[in-house]
Order: sequence, then C-alpha cells, then structure tokens
Amino acid sequence: MAGGDKSNNPVLLQVENLKKYFPIQGGKGNAKWVQAVESVNCFIRKGETFGLVGESGCGKTTLGRTILRLHEPTSGRIIYDGEVIYDGANGKNQPNMLPYRRKMQIIFQDPSASLDPRMTVGEIVGEALDIHNMCKTKEERTNRINELLETVGLNAEQSNRYPHEFSGGQQQRIGIARALAVEPEFIVCDEPISALDVSIQSQIVNMLEDMQEELGLTYLFIAHDISVVRHISDRIGVMYLGNMVELGESRELYANPLHPYTKTLLSAVPIPDPEVSKTRQRIVLEGDIPSPINPPSGCRFHTRCPYATERCKTEVPEWREIEHDHFAACHIL
Amino acid sequence: MAKYICKRIIMAIVVLLLIASLTFLLMNLVPGGPFLSEKAPSQAVLDALNAKYGLDQPLHIQLKNYMVNALHGDFGVSLKMQKNRPVTDIIIEMFPVSLRVGIVAVIVAVICGVPMGCIAAYYRGGKMDSFLRVVMTLGISIPGFVVATLLLIFFGVKLHWLPTMGLNGWTSYIMPAFTLAFYPMCYLGRLSRSSMLDAINQDYIRTARAKGVKGKAIIFKHALRNALIPVVTYLGPLTAGIVTGGFVAETVFCIPGLGRYFVQSVLNRDYPIIMATTIFLAALVILMNLVVDILYKVIDPRIDITKGGEH
Repeated sequence: MAGGDKSNNPVLLQVENLKKYFPIQGGKGNAKWVQAVESVNCFIRKGETFGLVGESGCGKTTLGRTILRLHEPTSGRIIYDGEVIYDGANGKNQPNMLPYRRKMQIIFQDPSASLDPRMTVGEIVGEALDIHNMCKTKEERTNRINELLETVGLNAEQSNRYPHEFSGGQQQRIGIARALAVEPEFIVCDEPISALDVSIQSQIVNMLEDMQEELGLTYLFIAHDISVVRHISDRIGVMYLGNMVELGESRELYANPLHPYTKTLLSAVPIPDPEVSKTRQRIVLEGDIPSPINPPSGCRFHTRCPYATERCKTEVPEWREIEHDHFAACHIL
Repeated sequence: MAKYICKRIIMAIVVLLLIASLTFLLMNLVPGGPFLSEKAPSQAVLDALNAKYGLDQPLHIQLKNYMVNALHGDFGVSLKMQKNRPVTDIIIEMFPVSLRVGIVAVIVAVICGVPMGCIAAYYRGGKMDSFLRVVMTLGISIPGFVVATLLLIFFGVKLHWLPTMGLNGWTSYIMPAFTLAFYPMCYLGRLSRSSMLDAINQDYIRTARAKGVKGKAIIFKHALRNALIPVVTYLGPLTAGIVTGGFVAETVFCIPGLGRYFVQSVLNRDYPIIMATTIFLAALVILMNLVVDILYKVIDPRIDITKGGEH
C-alpha cells in the first residue's frame, strides 16, 4: 500500500493498445460499436495497488474485465507475468485462460448479484477449488472452505447458508473468500465497496489492505471515489471516455496533475475543511460526456477541455512519459 | 411447513365450496334440462323424473342437498349419459385414460420444450435461435384441432404409420400426446428461452466464468438451475390442465377420456357430471399449485413460502 516504495518491483501485468468494442444494433456488417476501451496502455507492478478512476461509463469496469478476458478484447495485447495471455494479432487463436484463472481473480461491484442464489456459500467457494483440483480429499476441501471463510471474518458454520441470508458487507466478504480460494496473485477489485454502507466500506478496504500484506497480492482497484483510491493506491490511472488520459504515482498525481481532465477531477473532490474549500478554485466542465458510440475526433476530451486547440480536434494525442514514471496523453504538455 | 400446508388445505376446501356453489347456480341458470330431447316427454313424465332426482325443489334446497351429499362422498348419479350410474364410478373409469395420455404429453412438453428454449438462448441471435423461435411461435399460434387434423391426415391416413383412433398399444398414444403437448412445449420453450437469457446475463454467471467454469457447465450448473424457477410455475397448472384431458385431442382421436366427457356433459345438462368433473378439475389445479409452491422452496432457497410474497 502507500507504505514502502514499490517502484522497483518487476512488472506483473502489461497492457498494450488494448481495445474493447461492443456491437450494438445486433446485426452483422454495418453494425455500430460502443468503443468502451480505446487503446489503453498501462502496466502494473508486482505487489502494488493500481487505482483506476474516472466517471461512470468511462470504461473502468470494462477495462478490468477485459484484462481478465471476461470480455474478449477487440485488439491489443495483454501480458501477464511474462506470458502473453491475449494477442490481437492471433485472431481467435488465443491461449486457454484456465491456468490464469487461478492467478488472476476479480471481486465484483454488486455482491448480491454476483453470487449464485441457488448455491450455498460452501458450494460457491468450493466450486473454484474443484475446478482447479486444489483439494485431494473431501476433508481437505471442507477445511479449506472453513479457513477461507474465517480469513474474511465469517464463521465456518455459515458455509451451509445461502447468499441471501447475509448482509451486503457479508456477501462481499463471501465474494472475496471466493476470489481468494484459488490463491491468486492478482485481483481486480471492481468497485468492491461502492454498493456497501459507508460504515462497512472501511472494514472491507482495511481487510483488502491486510490481505495484500499477508498474501503479497497485486490489486487493480477500480473506483469512482477518488479519496478511497488515493488512500489505497500506489499508482493511479485516470480514464476518460475509454481512454487512459493520465497515469502516475499516487502522491505525484495529486500534487502535480498534468492532464486537464485530472485537474478537473481533483478540483471536484470535496475537502472537509470549509476554509480551504472556500479559497479553492473549482474547475467546472461544460457539457456532458460524449457518447462512446460516436466519440469526438482527435483528443476525446477536446469538446470539454478549457485548453483545447485546433490540433486537439484532429490529432489523437500520443501516450507518452512526460515526467519520470508519469504518463499522460495531451497535446499541450 | 406442516402448519403452512394445513392452512393451504383449509383454504383449498373453502375455494372448492365456492366453486361448487357457483357452478351449481350457473348451471341451473342455463336454459334446458337433462330430460329434454327431440321427442318431448309428457308433462307428467317430466314431473315424475324431476321429483325422482330432486330437481323439483327450490334451488337453494337442491344446493344444500348436493353439498351435504358431496361432503359425504356421494356425488349423485348420471341423469342422462350413463343413466343412474354413480358419477364417481364414471370419473374413476375415464380419468385414468386422460391421465395416461396427459402424462405422456407433459413429459414430451418438458423434455422437448425446455431444451429447445435453452438451445435458442445459447445460440441467441444465430440461425438456430431464429429457426426455433419460428417453430415456437407457430406452436403457440396454431390451434390444437389444426395440429390434430394435420397429424391425422399425414401419419394416419396418408402414411398409415399410426392408428387414427382409440388407445390400443403405445403407437396410438403418439398423436394425441403430441397434439396435447405441442402448445405447452412451445410455450415452455419461449418461457425457458427468456428466463435462460435473463439468467445468462446475471452477474453470478460472470463470477462463474471468473472462477474458470467451462461454457457448458455454466449453462447447466448455474444458468439452468436459476432459469427453471419460472418454468416450474407454469408446470403446475399445465399438468392439471393436461391430465384432465384435452377436449380437442380426445374428440379427434376418439379417446374415451374425461376431457371429452366433460364437454358432452355440459351439452347434455347432465348436472351431477358437470358438478363432479368441475370440482375434480378445480381440486387438481389447487393441488398442483400447492405442489409447485412447495417445489419452489426446494429450487429457490430465497423464497420463504410461509411468509407473504417477500423474499
């Protein structure tokens, strides 16, 4: 987490030019596409927490799921721990994800919807163990399930209950136990706390932090609440309309935001101090987010950017390292 | 649970009493009577017959007498169709015929309909889906007598593959059972297609994929088990309706079943038979609905049937 420098850790996950388009209007041929993720480049280091922020509908969740190939990418490359798990150049001939499902896991946003209502908690957690043949005997399996439930703060006796018998926070703990069952290295936390009560949110965040320390996990933490992301992340990526617009070390990004969108986003974070709040200048954007079906030409942010020039309308800005370990895509930098 | 079932049974008896009274009154409102025919009997004969079967008394006395007798298990005798034969005997004779054909039909409907819907959902948007949807839409829109007649013409008259009437040997079950099954099969298909599509798009399916569950296992283990919940709802009334016999299928294929007999009894104003078959059918529907509600608890752990409708 925020403590300890992880900038020298080896890269665990590398994403190159990743695109994910969803077809709309069903038909083949001249179908339209929702360009949910457009040419995203990023990398995540071993043991770090990579925060991903952006408005609703900007493609954070899609990016997280596409990295795990829960959505099949449209093009680009995903490299996990030195092995290519997706390469758009190979068409439909892609590696089998099964071995990687043990290493890469996900915690979903809506805990109640993401648990099969007809399975008991024990079955939900145990299914993952069965698929990856992780337990040889029945006894070992039961012990492992109980152990996992206790790790996330539930009782072993609760393994025969169904998900609906639990509260939202407990359901999310089940979701976490389920993700941890296969002993993963990398977990996508897809807004794991946004569906929970505020009082429960901190419990879950703290639990995730403790687990990272104990198990040496790497997180991709998706959220729209910047203050949570700031608290938990080592590095932060900012997304706008399917594009990654800025990526930097957490403190650096806060102190020195480069991209106009990041500046706007940070200026909108509420500060619990009325004095500071009064003097701070808030940047307010004009207009709405454009549709990802017909994204603006050039830089996707140019329709709302206060600094936009003619060049921004025609030319897509290049993703480059502006300062050490601080990337952005903007013409004016 | 036991308390709940007792409550439901008591409610069922009340409902049956209401249905019986209503049928009794409606039936007597319809003009005509069991002893009228082309060769009108003399008034004296008519009076004597009415007096013998108690039809000369005021309606409320008749109703009271019928109820008292019915609660003692005596549903009267047939007035016309099988004169003086106890109605219970007739039902005991005819119901098994309808039941046998009906059970075959229910099995066919479920075994073909549910997989049809699942396959359509699995290949959604594809050619297979379009084809099955056309078949299912046809199945719901073509009336039973058309299906029965077409089957009769092709397999019975033209090809001589299947017997055209009666119930002798298993081959004679094919056409009537299919006639009865065709509509519910297609309805079940559509129902399971839509509930399957609904289930496939749920978050827990994504969870299963994240665990590494393979394509087919996702469909059968996760999606189907959840998609079956609405299908089971339809199965209760469907079974009750089919096993009591389809009028069309039994008429076209000359099967001496309850469905055909029920309609004939109405046409003949054979009051005791109308009453008994109506009560029997209603009881069966109520029973099947109770069975479905209990099954619900088994297949959907979220439902607590003993408390209102809330989860």
